[in-house]
Amino acid sequence: MPSKLFSRRSFATTLAAGLTALSLPVPAFALTEAGAASLVNEVVTEINRVIASGKSESAMIKDFERIFVRYGDVPIMARYALGPDARSASSAQLRNFTNAFQGYISRKYGKRFREFIGGTVTVQAARKIKAGYEVRTKVKLQGQAPFDVTFLVSDKSGKDKFFNMFIEGVNLLLTERTEIGSMLDRRRGDIDAVIRDLASAG
Amino acid sequence: MRRCFKSEEDSLCVFYVPRQFCIRVYDLSASTVKDRFGNPEMMMTLFPQKLLNRFRVPAFVVLAACAGPSPDADGGGRIYDPYENTNRAIHTFNRGLDKAFFRPAAKGYVAVIPRPMVNSFNMFAENLSLPGQMVDYLLQGKPKEACTTLFRFVVNSTVGFAGLADPASDFEIPRADTDFGVTLHVWGFAEGPYLELPFYGPSTARDAVGVVVNLFTNPIDFAPTRPINNLGLYAEIVRRLGDRGLYSDTVDSILYGSSDSYAQLRLIYLQNRRFELATDNEDAYLGLYSDPYSDTGTPVATDATDPYEDPYAE
Repeated sequence: MPSKLFSRRSFATTLAAGLTALSLPVPAFALTEAGAASLVNEVVTEINRVIASGKSESAMIKDFERIFVRYGDVPIMARYALGPDARSASSAQLRNFTNAFQGYISRKYGKRFREFIGGTVTVQAARKIKAGYEVRTKVKLQGQAPFDVTFLVSDKSGKDKFFNMFIEGVNLLLTERTEIGSMLDRRRGDIDAVIRDLASAG
Repeated sequence: MRRCFKSEEDSLCVFYVPRQFCIRVYDLSASTVKDRFGNPEMMMTLFPQKLLNRFRVPAFVVLAACAGPSPDADGGGRIYDPYENTNRAIHTFNRGLDKAFFRPAAKGYVAVIPRPMVNSFNMFAENLSLPGQMVDYLLQGKPKEACTTLFRFVVNSTVGFAGLADPASDFEIPRADTDFGVTLHVWGFAEGPYLELPFYGPSTARDAVGVVVNLFTNPIDFAPTRPINNLGLYAEIVRRLGDRGLYSDTVDSILYGSSDSYAQLRLIYLQNRRFELATDNEDAYLGLYSDPYSDTGTPVATDATDPYEDPYAE
C-alpha cells in the first residue's frame, strides 16, 4: 500500500540498492529510488530556506525560479504544456515559450509560498516507473489534514530532475497544459501572442 | 447503440443508451422499471433491487447514472462532457454567485471569526455527517470503517463537546471520508458524464446521485428529538463557507485567475475525485493480491500499475 511508511527492511534494501548503484560505473543507473527520494528532501529544504529568508515577495519569486530551473526539467515541462503545437513551433518560439513558461510557473506558485510556511514533507515510498521514478510523500501544512503529493523524477535530461507533480491526484502538468491550451484557443493558436500573454500571467 | 456488460465485481447489468437519455427518473416501487415515458426499452441502469430493499434506501426516486464511453479505471485526465454547453451556463451562474455573495461572505467570515472557531465549526459539521458516512461504509460492505466512524462520532460528540473539538484524531481514530457517490462506485456504477450543479459546483452523474441520496441517509435526520431541522445541511453550508475562506487563494486562482476556469475546475475535480476512488480501491486490491516482490525491493512497474504519461516520449 502506497501510503505505508518505509518498512525497515525495504528501506534497508533500497538503501543497499542505492549504494550499489552508486558504486556501479554504469550511468544508466544513476538515479535510484533512494536518490529520487533524497532529491525531494533536497528541494523541500531549499524552498524552506527561501521562505525563512524573509525577503520581499518578488525576491523570493526570483529564488523560486532559480530552484525551479535547477531541480525541474523545464524544457520538457514547457514542451508538454504547449501540447501538439510544440511540434510545429520553431526552435526560437520553443525557447521563448520555455522562458515565459518558467517565469509564469514561478510567479503562479511562488506567490502562494505563505501556505507552505511551517509545512513538512515526508517521503513515504519511491518506485521505478516507465518515465523515471515516482516519489510519494505526505504533506502537512499548518491547520490542515495531511494530503498526498507525488513527485515524478527523471534523469532523461542528463540530470536528475523533476518533471511532474500530483497533488491529491491532480496532475500539475496536465492542469497547465489545459491552461496553455485555453490561452492558445483564445489567441487562435498564435504561439507568439501566448508567449506575450504568459509574460504577465501567473 | 445499446451495449450490455457484466461488471467484474458483481452481477449488475448496465445498459448504455444514447446520450440524450442519460439522466432519467425511475420509480423503483414499480415492479418493472420504466422510464418516465413508460417505455421500458429506454431503461439504462438496473438498480440492484434486493440491495435497495434490504437497506431501505429511500426508494421513491433514484436518478440513474449513465455510463460514459470508457470504463472508470484509467487515472488520467479523461473527460466525458456531453452537456458542456449547459454545464458552462451553470458555471457562469455559479461563478457570478460566488463573486457576488459567497466569496465576500466567506472572506468576511474567516476575517471576523478567529481561525480556531472556524476549525471548530468545520469539525462540528464533519461530526454531524459521520452517521451518514457510517451508513455509506455499511452499504459498501466495510464494517470495520463503519465501526471506526461510529466510534469517532461517539467520542467527538461526547468528549469533543458535541463535535466542536476533535479528540478522536488525538486518539488516532482514522478520519472518515466517504459518500454515496463512493458507494455507487463500489457497487460498480460508472462515473457518467461530468456535471456542474447549480449552487453545488462540479460533479458527475454518479456523484450527483450521491449528493441527492445523501440528503436522506443521515440517521441523525431521523432522530426523534433534534434541535433544528436540517441542522446537518446548515452546518455543511457553514463548513463550505469556511473552506471557501480558508482556501480563498487557491479557489480564486482557479475561478478568476485562469483563462478558462470551467475547463480548469472540471479537470481538477475529475482527477481529484478519481484519485480518491482509486486509493479506496487500491487497499482492497492489494489486500487480495499481495505483491511477492514487496519484501525484496520495489519492482519495476508494469503498464497496469504505471498510470503516468511519459512527456519524454512525445
